[in-house]
Parts: sequence; structure tokens; C-alpha cells
Amino acid sequence: MPALPMEHGLLLAALLFALGLLGVLVRRNVIFILMSIEIMLNAAGLAFVVAGSRWSQADGQVMFILILAVAAAEVSVGLALVLQLYRRLQTLDVDAASKMRG
Amino acid sequence: MLHWLWLVPAVPFAGYLVLALAGARLSRTSVASIGVGSVGLATLVACGVGLSFIYSPPVNHAYSQTLWTWISVGNFSPKIAFYLDPLSLVMTLVVTFVSFLIHLYSSAFMIDEEGYSRFFAYMNLFVGSMLTLVLADNFLLLYLGWEGVGLCSYLLIGFWYKDPINGRAARKAFIVTRIGDTAFAIGLFLLFTQLGTLQIQEVMQRAAQQWTVGSKLAVAASALLLGGAVGKSAQLPLQTWLPDAMAGPTPVSALIHAATMVTAGVYLIARAHVLFSLAPAVQLVVAIIGAATLLLAGFSALVQRDIKRVLAYSTISQIGYMFLALGVGAWSAAIFHLMTHAFFKALLFLAAGVVILAMHEEHDMFKMGGLRSRLPVTFWTFLIGAASLSALPLVTAGFYSKDLILWGAWSSPSGSTWLWVGGLVGALLTSLYTFRMVFLTFFGEVNHEVSYASDIRLRLPLIVLAVLSVVGGFVELPSTLGDRPLFSDFMGSVLPALDHVRGDTRTEFVLQIIAAVVSISGIYLAYIFFLGRRPVAEVFARSTVGTVLRRFWFGGWGFDWLYEHSFVKPFVWLVRANKDDFIDSIYDGIARLNEVFYGLLARTETGKVRWYMTGIAVGAIVAIAIAVFL
Repeated sequence: MPALPMEHGLLLAALLFALGLLGVLVRRNVIFILMSIEIMLNAAGLAFVVAGSRWSQADGQVMFILILAVAAAEVSVGLALVLQLYRRLQTLDVDAASKMRG
Repeated sequence: MLHWLWLVPAVPFAGYLVLALAGARLSRTSVASIGVGSVGLATLVACGVGLSFIYSPPVNHAYSQTLWTWISVGNFSPKIAFYLDPLSLVMTLVVTFVSFLIHLYSSAFMIDEEGYSRFFAYMNLFVGSMLTLVLADNFLLLYLGWEGVGLCSYLLIGFWYKDPINGRAARKAFIVTRIGDTAFAIGLFLLFTQLGTLQIQEVMQRAAQQWTVGSKLAVAASALLLGGAVGKSAQLPLQTWLPDAMAGPTPVSALIHAATMVTAGVYLIARAHVLFSLAPAVQLVVAIIGAATLLLAGFSALVQRDIKRVLAYSTISQIGYMFLALGVGAWSAAIFHLMTHAFFKALLFLAAGVVILAMHEEHDMFKMGGLRSRLPVTFWTFLIGAASLSALPLVTAGFYSKDLILWGAWSSPSGSTWLWVGGLVGALLTSLYTFRMVFLTFFGEVNHEVSYASDIRLRLPLIVLAVLSVVGGFVELPSTLGDRPLFSDFMGSVLPALDHVRGDTRTEFVLQIIAAVVSISGIYLAYIFFLGRRPVAEVFARSTVGTVLRRFWFGGWGFDWLYEHSFVKPFVWLVRANKDDFIDSIYDGIARLNEVFYGLLARTETGKVRWYMTGIAVGAIVAIAIAVFL
């Protein structure tokens, strides 16, 4: 099976990243923001994997596992913050949590 | 015991240190015993040193004690060293003795004051500085003492600092004398650059060797020193600070603004008499300043209402006499008058202090009257002081010293009839205003309640000073009356005797008779105007000429007005105009720029996470774009 060209993989990663970023920027529900961040992290991970397969190196996959671990940690902290946010404000709208401003 | 000389200024300094560091924790009794005791001890040591100096005089009638090298830079190494000769010995004895009496008086006079220990700390610092000034071996140490007494004068005029008027008077005294001090400092720079030393005796020797009479450098140096002396001694044109300095407590006026500090200028000129002899033009200026000041201040004293201001103008006038004596070369006569003046003027101030205390802080003489029977001791001592100030013939010290000055003004090579007439008119004014004060205060009707806590510490200094105001003159009897010039002989090794080129003993006798008649007629006129036929004086005072003159003299000949309009106001205007200058606008611009940036950046801080995220994303894109495309 001929290998996919690297450009296709990177293009997919870029698309995913842009979608995730867009989600972070436009979504107001904090759960969806967290999910969009997951998409961005996975896009970055995909880019590493594609690059690793291009140069036949294991480093890309090592980085992907690292990103998975970071994402798991991030989600656990993030969900805890979401719980706190909901308890304080009775809502999941991030724009409501804007007390810290100049 | 000459080697104990260093203790004389050191003991008051030690007293100052103790009082300044621990004064607040000490009781009033211990503050008084430290404050008075340190000056008393200094007086005892000074007396011991003086006796040993007189009975076993050192070589050349001068003793010098070097303690340590103060600064050492290249060939400039002034020492902390004291120099004792007849001139500084007399000054030391007068300063310590009068200071001791005034400290003793203050310990009772100031007893109810809040800042009791602060007062004694400043007073001790003053005595220490004054003795440093007098005993200094070089001009730099003299200048240190000079500035030290100026500082104490400032601190003590503003002793009741809660009243802004007192603070203003203190600043005025400090700033006006500073003008003179600056001239003095420039004079010292000139002496050092030209002669290469500041040691007083060497300066005098080298000046006499290197400079000819009337040379430009000698004139410049002595004129600059004169500037310092004029400022410190409140002479024309820097006399305006002294009347306002009366805002301080009365013992301060007695000690600093009558007996000791203000005569420092006289001491300086006498100390540098070699320089002044090299500049006859400047010496003539000294005489003219003295004569003009004594007349101006005499007229002003005539119309004052505040008893302390009369005494202040009288002090200016009497120092004018000393300057007159210095100007005509009668050096020892000036120092003689300085000594007798210290006795009787301190006495008058202290007695006036008792009067003010008894009148419950009333200074206006026109509200006093009839105090003769209520305050007998004060009255008699004040009368003796007033008689001495008016130079009542034969029995008072003031007569002998003033007579010597008038005789010098007539007979000296640089003297003239005009200077003598000026001095004579001044003598008439002196006895007129002095006895106006006596009659208004102590005679006439009783119209005020009098009460004060009598204390031996208040009375003793008055009595001692009254005795000195009488017998102090007998150390120098003129050739017509006994011919025993002990004082001039004692001064002979430092201050050259005056060469009487005009007039003989008979002229001197005639002049003395004239001076005596003038003095007594002044007292008689005062009696007519202010006691016998008071309406006469009042009619004159109410007439147009009288009112104008009274206002003019009351304000000290308009000097305050003149300086206010020619210096103070333009300076304040200039300062206001210059407030927003170019350099300030740079710093103001930086501050304003920061404010603008702050406003902009504060608006971006919305508290909304999504905006921050947008910022990060845009920033990242821009950074990547720069990295990729540039």
C-alpha cells in the first residue's frame, strides 16, 4: 500500500487545528471549548505522527503519546475547573466568568 | 593649665550630645543641671585658662593647641586647632560668662516650656559653636563655628515652631545672613588660592608680606570678609533680620542676638585687622557702614512699641558703634565696647524678659507702666543697664567704651569730624530711646496686673550683670580720667594701638564733656517727652510729619519693603514662571505617555477568556508569518 503523501496528512492536521481554534473562539459553552482544545491537541499529534512516518522515525509517535498524557492531565484539571465554575455561577457560559478585568 | 583649652568648647558640645540623645527621658531638674552645668564647667575652665594665661603668659602672648588634622588633601591640611591670644581670651571669657548667666536664668525662665530639653540642647550647641568660632586657629574651623552659630540662631528663633510667623522669622534670619556668609566663603577661597593657607596667623603674615597697601587683592579679600561680618552682625544693608529674630524666646535674644553671636562680625574684622589695614578704602567703608547703621537703627528704636524690638534696634545701633571703631582703626575700643555691650545688653534683655513674664506675654510698652514698685529688683537692674547703654558719665561701663570710640573717631588718622558727629547724634538717640523705654515701662500709672513666680535663678544673673555693667568699664580709664588703659595694654600684643593724630588731652577732655552733656540731655529729653509732658510728644506724633516719620522708622526705614519688592517678589515671580520649564516638560511627557498606554491596555483587559484566546491566536499567526516570510 503506497504511503500517503505527507502533504495530505499535514493538510488534515491543519484543518483540524483550524476547526479546533475556531471552536475555542466562537463557542461559549466551556465544555465545548475543552473539546475544541482536544481537537487542536490531536491535530498537533497528527502532524507529529505524519512527520514521524515521513522520516521513518519513532519520535513522532513518542511525542503523540506525550500529547495524549498532557491532554488527559489537562482534561482532568479542566473538568474540575468546569465543576467549580458551574457551582459558583450556575452556568457554563465562559463570558459570564469575566470578573477579573482592569 | 593652658593645655585644658580644648575642654572649653568640648564641654558644651558634650552637654549638647547628652541632651540631644537622652534629653526627652530626663527630668527637668537633670536637664537643667546638665545644660547649665556644662556651660558653668566651661566657664570655670576658661577662667582657669585665663588666669594662667595672664600670670604666666606663653611666648609671644599666644598659645596654640592642635588636636588633630581635620582634612588632608594635597597641601591643604587644616587642623582642628585652637589659638589663644588676648583677643580670643577676652572673647572666650565674655562668651562663657554671659552664656552661663543666661543659661542659669533660662533654667527658671523656660521651666514651663514643652521643649525644655530641646531648648538647652540648642543653647549648649550654640555655646560650643561660638567658642569654636572664637578659638579657631584657622579660617575653616572659624567658618564651621560661624555656620554652627547661624544654625543655632535659626533653630532658636523658630523655637516655637508651631506659629508660622516664628518659622518665617527664623528663615529670614538664616537666608539673610547666608548672603553675607557666601561672600565670606568666597573671601576664604580667594585667601587660600592667593596665599596658600587658611591658618589665620600665616594668612596675616603672608598678606602683609605679599600685598601692598591698597592692592586689589587685599581690597577684594577684606571686602568679602566684610560682607560676612555685615550679615552676621546685622549691619547695613543686611540688618533686616535682627528685629524679626526677636520672635525667639527672650534668653535667646539676650544670648545670641545681643551679647555673643551678632558680635561675631566685629570679632572677625578685629581678627583680620591686618587685612583691613592693607585696604584703607574698605576700612573707610566699615566706618561709614557703622556710622550709618548706628543712626538708622537709633531712629528706628525711637518709635518701636515692642520692648524687645527697641532692644533689637539698639543692638544693631551699638554694633554700628563697634564697626565705627573698627573702621577708624580703634581695634581694642571696638572689642572693649563689645565686652561692655555684652554685659549691659544681656542685662536689659533678661530684665525685659522678667517684665514680659510678669505682664503675661505682653510686649507693648504702652500697655505697661508703673512697674517700678512691683518689680524692684528688675527695675533697678534695668535702670543700671539703661544707664550703661546711654553712657551715663563716670559711673557706667558704657560711658568708658563709647567715649573711647568717639575719641577714636575724632582723632584717628582715618577719623573725621563727620564720623564723630554721627556717633554723637547716635549717643543722643541712644539715651533718648533707652529712657523712653524705662519711663514707659517702669514709671507712670499702673495699668496691668503683675504676677510672676520670683526665683533666685532669675534675679541672680540680673544682679551680677548689673554689677558688671558698672565696673566693667574701669578696666580702661582714658588719659583724662586716671589714665589706666589696662584693656588696651592687654590687647596690645594682638591689636595695634590707635595713633591719635588729631587733638591732645585737652581736646579729649572737651569732647568727653560734650559726649557727657549729650548723654544726659538725651535722658532729660526722654523725661520731658515721655514722663513730664507726654502731650508734647503725642502732638508731634499725631502731626503729618510725625506720622510719616513714625511709620517710616517703625518699619526700619523701609528696608523690608525695598527688599520685598526688589528681591523677594521678582524671585518668586521668576520661580513661578520657570516652574514649567523645558526639562520638566520632558519628564511630564514621559508620564503622560505612560498614562495613554495604560488607558489603552486597560481597555483590552476585558475578563473574557475568548478575547484573550483571540489575542494569543492572532499573535501566534503574526509571529509565524514574520518567521516564515521575513
